[in-house]
Amino acid sequence: MSNWISICAVEDIPVLGSRRVARRQGPQVALFRTADDQVHALLDRCPHKAGPLSQGIVFGNAVACPLHNWTIALDSGCAREPDEGRTPVFRVRIVDGQVQLDGDELATLGTDLPLAQAGPCTRVAC
Amino acid sequence: MSPTRMKLVMVGNGMAGVRTLEELLKIAPDLYDITVFGAEPHPNYNRILLSPVLAGEQTLDEIVLNPLSWYEGHGIRLHLGNAVTRIDRVRRVVVAADGTEAGYDRLLIATGSTPFILPVPGKDLDGVIGYRDITDTNTMIEAATRYRHAVVIGGGLLGLEAANGLMLRGMRVTVVHIGDWLMERQLDDQAGDLLRKSLQDRGLRFRMGAQTEALIGDRDGRVMAVRFKGGEEIPADLVVMAAGIRPATALAESAGLHCQRGIVVTDTLQTVTDPRVYAVGECAAHRGIAYGLVAPLFEQGKVCANHLAQFGIGRYLGSQTSTKLKVTGIDLFSAGDFMGGDGTEEIVMSDPFAGVYKKLVIQDDRLVGACLYGDTVDGGWYFKLLREGRRIADIRDKLMFGESNIGDVGHQGQSRAAAMADGDEVCGCNGVTKGAICKAIKDKGLFTLEEVRKHTKASASCGSCTGLVEQLLMFTAGGDYSSTPKKKAICACTEHSHQDVRDAIVAQRLVRMADVFKRLDWRTPDGCATCRPALNYYLISSWPKEAVDDPQSRFINERSHANIQKDGTYSVIPRMWGGETTADELRRIADAVDKYKIPTVKVTGGQRIDLLGVRKEDLVHVWKDIGMPSGHAYAKALRTVKTCVGSEWCRMGTQDSTQMGKDLERAMWRMYAPHKVKFAVSGCPRNCAEAGIKDVGIIGVDSGWEMYVAGNGGIKTEVAHFLVKLKTAREVLEYTGAFMQLYRKEGWYLERTVHYVSRVGLDHVKRRILDDAAGRQALWAELQHALDGEPDPWFEFAKAQVDLRQFEPVAGMTASAATTATAAVASTLAATAAGADARSIPAAPVGDTF
Repeated sequence: MSNWISICAVEDIPVLGSRRVARRQGPQVALFRTADDQVHALLDRCPHKAGPLSQGIVFGNAVACPLHNWTIALDSGCAREPDEGRTPVFRVRIVDGQVQLDGDELATLGTDLPLAQAGPCTRVAC
Repeated sequence: MSPTRMKLVMVGNGMAGVRTLEELLKIAPDLYDITVFGAEPHPNYNRILLSPVLAGEQTLDEIVLNPLSWYEGHGIRLHLGNAVTRIDRVRRVVVAADGTEAGYDRLLIATGSTPFILPVPGKDLDGVIGYRDITDTNTMIEAATRYRHAVVIGGGLLGLEAANGLMLRGMRVTVVHIGDWLMERQLDDQAGDLLRKSLQDRGLRFRMGAQTEALIGDRDGRVMAVRFKGGEEIPADLVVMAAGIRPATALAESAGLHCQRGIVVTDTLQTVTDPRVYAVGECAAHRGIAYGLVAPLFEQGKVCANHLAQFGIGRYLGSQTSTKLKVTGIDLFSAGDFMGGDGTEEIVMSDPFAGVYKKLVIQDDRLVGACLYGDTVDGGWYFKLLREGRRIADIRDKLMFGESNIGDVGHQGQSRAAAMADGDEVCGCNGVTKGAICKAIKDKGLFTLEEVRKHTKASASCGSCTGLVEQLLMFTAGGDYSSTPKKKAICACTEHSHQDVRDAIVAQRLVRMADVFKRLDWRTPDGCATCRPALNYYLISSWPKEAVDDPQSRFINERSHANIQKDGTYSVIPRMWGGETTADELRRIADAVDKYKIPTVKVTGGQRIDLLGVRKEDLVHVWKDIGMPSGHAYAKALRTVKTCVGSEWCRMGTQDSTQMGKDLERAMWRMYAPHKVKFAVSGCPRNCAEAGIKDVGIIGVDSGWEMYVAGNGGIKTEVAHFLVKLKTAREVLEYTGAFMQLYRKEGWYLERTVHYVSRVGLDHVKRRILDDAAGRQALWAELQHALDGEPDPWFEFAKAQVDLRQFEPVAGMTASAATTATAAVASTLAATAAGADARSIPAAPVGDTF
């Protein structure tokens, strides 16, 4: 059973840009809009050092993380080779121009992953 | 076999051919049914590393590049130990030694080369071999266990590596060389003699200028001696012929393909005779040259694969090559026209006692050749100068002393990769050790700097360790260092260089990125994170007020006008003109720090106050509360003008440096540039503002101002060049502005002034700024026109195209920010931009919570 929730209109996301969806806990969810108006949703967290992918440059079907330029595929969440890692992908559907996410996924997916922290140099567990 | 697929047959299973297949499978994995014939019984291995195997430094298993599972995984039909004996171009079939036939639609010949065997009596005796493959290597290893005397004929690269390996395996080795000095194709006589001396010290024997007349056999038909012209004989249980290689063209010739010093191919690697037939590698002659080094062959492979894949773009235009000898402990390097001669000048440094010799050959103010022995640390740098054809007048006096003497402090302590331990860090930016790089090179079969960068991240950030990584590549992969002199493409989206793109934008009056993509045949529909920011800069700097800025093509810092930090928060640095501030400004800053709970406040290297750890949701409010202009500390733009206090207060001051700094900063703030730009103004020659390492440094003297340009305090500490002495503050503004506009128009994106000036030469800058008064004034006027009316992005949101939606989540609420933001605020902020007071925004109602 899916529990689709309307988040915003497709137009609320800039073309080749992103918006963030806040959650009660855990990292936010990043919505991306490609040049051909596809909308993808990823956990807003690079598998490398937890950088906020929503702040990256969107091109083709990918986003470049703003921290260290890892390229993450929007449909699979996978880092482009030779980098390795994957960020969770959220299911998206568009109904009447409205972007919808699955409420169950929003409530549970990736909520336990740590956020990036400033402070003394530490390695972020993936 | 799928009936719809075309059939590709490859003859030869070596490095160049298999690399071509790899490239092909990457871009067109399903186009062909592939069949490979290899004369040797082994899968593709790294032939370059046979010398370390012979020397006992590596094992055969370690040098396999593509195990049998690779061929299986890609569905390649592999015939090992089965040489192709005939090509029937009419039926389009190849026939192998055992009678196997394979039909083809496309044929790739990659048969490599064969050792040149001297046509002397006795050449067919047992114990006489060439040095080419695993069998030869094993024969030598085996011979070393049973016999005492080895003779290597040929004192070139291959011969010396063979001799060294045999010696290390315990044989008494004599090298017979017909020339007057060793490696005459790579070294001049002096370096060749030094090499011979040091090899003699290790125990090798030499017969220079000796001509082999015959090989003498014993009763069992095994070689026992070598006889020279003149009758002298020396004992030899093993003779290695290393007097050169010949492209293996017999098969191609028998098939009627035109051969002349190799199978003649075009720039698309197709044979000139039959466009269905391609040839790559050592067997191919491209523009009269058959390359024997790995990097050019891989470039050929890439182009060939592209055409096999039917993309039909890309041409191979030839390569420049350089040489390294893989004998551990001996450093030599040569490139280009290292012999010199008429019309060239030479700079020579020779210290035979220490075993160091360097020769640089210069022609028409450019480095055209280099020959180094004993100290090759700067080989890569010289090779780069040579390829780029950069004018060297300005660095000629320091050229001989190497790159580190023109200001590199990045890795001064570690210039010799070989001497480093595995645990030592090579790349300080990404924390990559020597061990990790060497392991990646071996395990993943990397051959080029680009590949190492991709896989390990070493040298991929600041680039100051590039020389070290190149050395590791040479030692580990054994790849002789070489490269095409071609201009570098901006990124994989295009074949065009930065200069091409900028020229096209100016010449064709392109003002939209989509037009650039279209006119310049971009391979991707909307570029990538590398090219888009560059294109956006070129558009807006070439056509100010016409081209429309594209925020989505800017890095996040220039989109949110703050500097992203490792935890996703931002830093805010307000502009303080010339570094001067007031109690009122400091009070507002302090209040904002308290109100928004900003965790860290720090003074920057450029005399500004940095507020670190600001949440994105708070940025607009912090700007508003502080009420100071944007410091652009996040942008490729004028960052700061650092000043000393100058004559207003300082008892030593001769000029009002603070005022000069403020004037410069007010004149040029909001100026986007290819990279960040920093100025400094000092009020006297004591230079407390450190003007000598800034993009533009101004130093006040009693009679006026001295202007310095293209200094840098970053990765490569570079002392600025003196440009001109000026009398008035007005002149300082004009000259500085003109220099900046020249850099804005000619600098490539992400090229600092130091690299820009090093590329175009200081003389060029002097001609444009000093000699051409009208041109200088025009440049200054252009810059003023471009900056006129530029918005402050912290306050004029609409004009600066700041998308306020980015500052708020689109829905839901953040757990940590329940008191402030929801999506509703974004629209309120938009109203703010139109004049409302941000400080009076009421806390918005809390929306849906997920």
